[in-house]
Amino acid sequence: MKYFPLLWRNLWRRKVRTTFTFLSIVVAFFLFGLLMAIRNAFDVGIELAGQNRLLTIHKTTIIQQLPERYQAQIQATDGVRFVTHLTWFGGVYQDPKNFFAQMAVDPEGLLRIYPEYLIDPEQRARWIATRIGAITGAKLARRFGWKVGDKIPIKPTFWRPTDGKPETFEFDLVGTYRGDKDNVDETAFFFHHDYLMERTGDSGEVGWYVVEVEDPARADQVADAIDRQFANSSAETKTATEKAFAQSFAKQVGDTGAILAAISAVVFFVILLIAGNTMAQAVQERTSELAVLKTVGFSDGVVLLLVLGEALLLAGSAGVLGLGLVVAATPVLSRMVEAFLPIFYVPPDALALGVGFALLLGLASGGVPAYLAQRLTIVDALGKRQ
Amino acid sequence: MHWLEQTLAVTLVNLRSLGQRLGSSSVAVAGFAGVVAVFVAVLSIAEGFRQVMERGASPLTAIVLRAGSDTEMSSGLERDETRIIKDAPGVAQGPDGAVASAELFVVVDVPKRATGTDANVPLRGVEPGAFAVRPVIEIVEGRRFREGRNEVIAGRAAAREFAGLEVGNRLEWGENAWEVVGIFTANDSIYESEVWTDARVLQPAYRRGSSFQSVYVRLESVDAFARFKDALTADPRLEVKVLREDEYYLAQSEVLRDLIRILGNLVAILMAVGATFGALNTMYSAVAARSREIATLRALGFHGGPVLVSVMAESLLLALVGGLVGGGLAWVVADGYQTATMNWQSFSQVAFSLTVTPGLLASGIVYALAMGFAGGIFPAVRAIRTPIVVALRGL
Repeated sequence: MKYFPLLWRNLWRRKVRTTFTFLSIVVAFFLFGLLMAIRNAFDVGIELAGQNRLLTIHKTTIIQQLPERYQAQIQATDGVRFVTHLTWFGGVYQDPKNFFAQMAVDPEGLLRIYPEYLIDPEQRARWIATRIGAITGAKLARRFGWKVGDKIPIKPTFWRPTDGKPETFEFDLVGTYRGDKDNVDETAFFFHHDYLMERTGDSGEVGWYVVEVEDPARADQVADAIDRQFANSSAETKTATEKAFAQSFAKQVGDTGAILAAISAVVFFVILLIAGNTMAQAVQERTSELAVLKTVGFSDGVVLLLVLGEALLLAGSAGVLGLGLVVAATPVLSRMVEAFLPIFYVPPDALALGVGFALLLGLASGGVPAYLAQRLTIVDALGKRQ
Repeated sequence: MHWLEQTLAVTLVNLRSLGQRLGSSSVAVAGFAGVVAVFVAVLSIAEGFRQVMERGASPLTAIVLRAGSDTEMSSGLERDETRIIKDAPGVAQGPDGAVASAELFVVVDVPKRATGTDANVPLRGVEPGAFAVRPVIEIVEGRRFREGRNEVIAGRAAAREFAGLEVGNRLEWGENAWEVVGIFTANDSIYESEVWTDARVLQPAYRRGSSFQSVYVRLESVDAFARFKDALTADPRLEVKVLREDEYYLAQSEVLRDLIRILGNLVAILMAVGATFGALNTMYSAVAARSREIATLRALGFHGGPVLVSVMAESLLLALVGGLVGGGLAWVVADGYQTATMNWQSFSQVAFSLTVTPGLLASGIVYALAMGFAGGIFPAVRAIRTPIVVALRGL
């Protein structure tokens, strides 16, 4: 620690250069945090997915509906604790660009099976009691400036009302929910399945089922048991854990993870070059100074540590600042992309990884110059003096 | 002329001495190259996607959807409505009457080769007129499906990206077994991502009764569109939306293209800032190393302008080289890379190739030059601002 002032003074002997290097590293780590947040946004469904929840969908594709009567049969299956259903509505609010998920559900079932949706008990009760009531995630409400009590008109696309009333569904916003963690989607819109059936004629069908199992370890067996019941019927099912569905859904998008990792690699390579070059220059310029240090009795080891420490200090502090800035900027960035990526934050493990990379960057950029400084012989070094 | 001569002379001296600063110059070049490579590669995703969505579209083709629907997936038309649409004025007439096809557009789960997990592959049910409406479709292997049979033909890109879509293969979808009888191409367009079958077979399989989702018609001429559209929108029996095929598919790719553009630009801008700092370092040290030389020149009577230009020329040259290297790298690595992604608007997979266009390369190089300018201007100004006496005494 007693060498810290020396390190500090060395670092700032060329203010402009150190500043630019520092800033380029800050930017690199800001970018790293951003890329990790994007990656997380694509993958988040996977870690969010409950291990004790299964999804049962139509075997051919999720866009095909399942009979409503399956609910009782699934509920009766051994190992099933609870089951509820969801149905995709896919309507348009004002403009098709305002896309968000709307689902017709059984309110009590939904809130029971997704305990991560936190809602005020009063609002919950009002929603259950209000046939045309709807609830929405806090983020979605903020995006459109909705307040509880507002009327939300949503125009159906493929659902066709048969009751002769105006086509547009007008919902009463009776409540908003929050997620119990950062990674819960707060951009969905839920309303009564009964109301949908009332307006479009009772088809006796629902979109898909969410099943809570008693023992996550037996999830696969329960899934098989559910599918077996409906084998060879007119609507065969495919049941798997929520996690498995989330994974295959993420894979449908393509390998975003690999693309983002490739970009990060390029960014780091470039920054490493820039920082490494600067460090090398800084040490080269000071060759004679280092020789003087050695002359007055600094050991080779201390000189090595001094040079390495300088690089670590620069990379470490810039890296931490860059990561800190991206975390601070997250609320703003999140609002920019929330229409596409509802869940947007820098995951903590990415931050830890970032700090690791910052130190690695310091070691890599300071390593060679430090090694050269350690090997420096006084006579040669002083002789090189320009 | 004097000024120009000076500029040329100083710039040449400067560029000739580049070799001495090879280390830090190549760092700056690598910085520019990295930024341009990422910039071009990311935008080539959006470009490839746009091209695949536009390429198959003909100005002679119109699409009719239910009013209020933006995709075929969410549209719905009854059989009677499709008849009225086909009888409308402006529709080209062939030997079998109107050149038109009422179609169903659904998805079916087929495993993606790259991941082994199920993906939503678009399954289109068509009428016999579909091939006349889209002359771009060409069977390259096997044959067309026969009417009324559980037979499908697969687009070449679909067959490439998804497992089991080979001629002769039987697939179990729902209650039925389907046989793949042919592979078709469509000028590398969106249709090649699809699987086609007879609409009348698909209706019962997906329990759609006698309804369809869209009608594709071939127009008599490009100008007939207005007549056709007016006739349909004025018809009290219909509530439909009429679009040109290219207009429809361009809109279908909008969300994904916007997402890639926003993210791509965000990343590129940040990277550019980082690389510009690197370039600033390089140019400052280049100027510092030559400060005595520059001061000597100025003492000899060279003006500041030519010196400034020479420093800028060096920086811009490094940027140009970096831009070319980065653009070339992106072109070699990304161009033609085949992949498939989910298009949320149609809830189905679209297979496409990343495409690096000359326009993209040019904007990458312009981008690099802008970074080179920013990285060179401050050191250049410093070079001519430092008092001659101070610089001569320096070091």
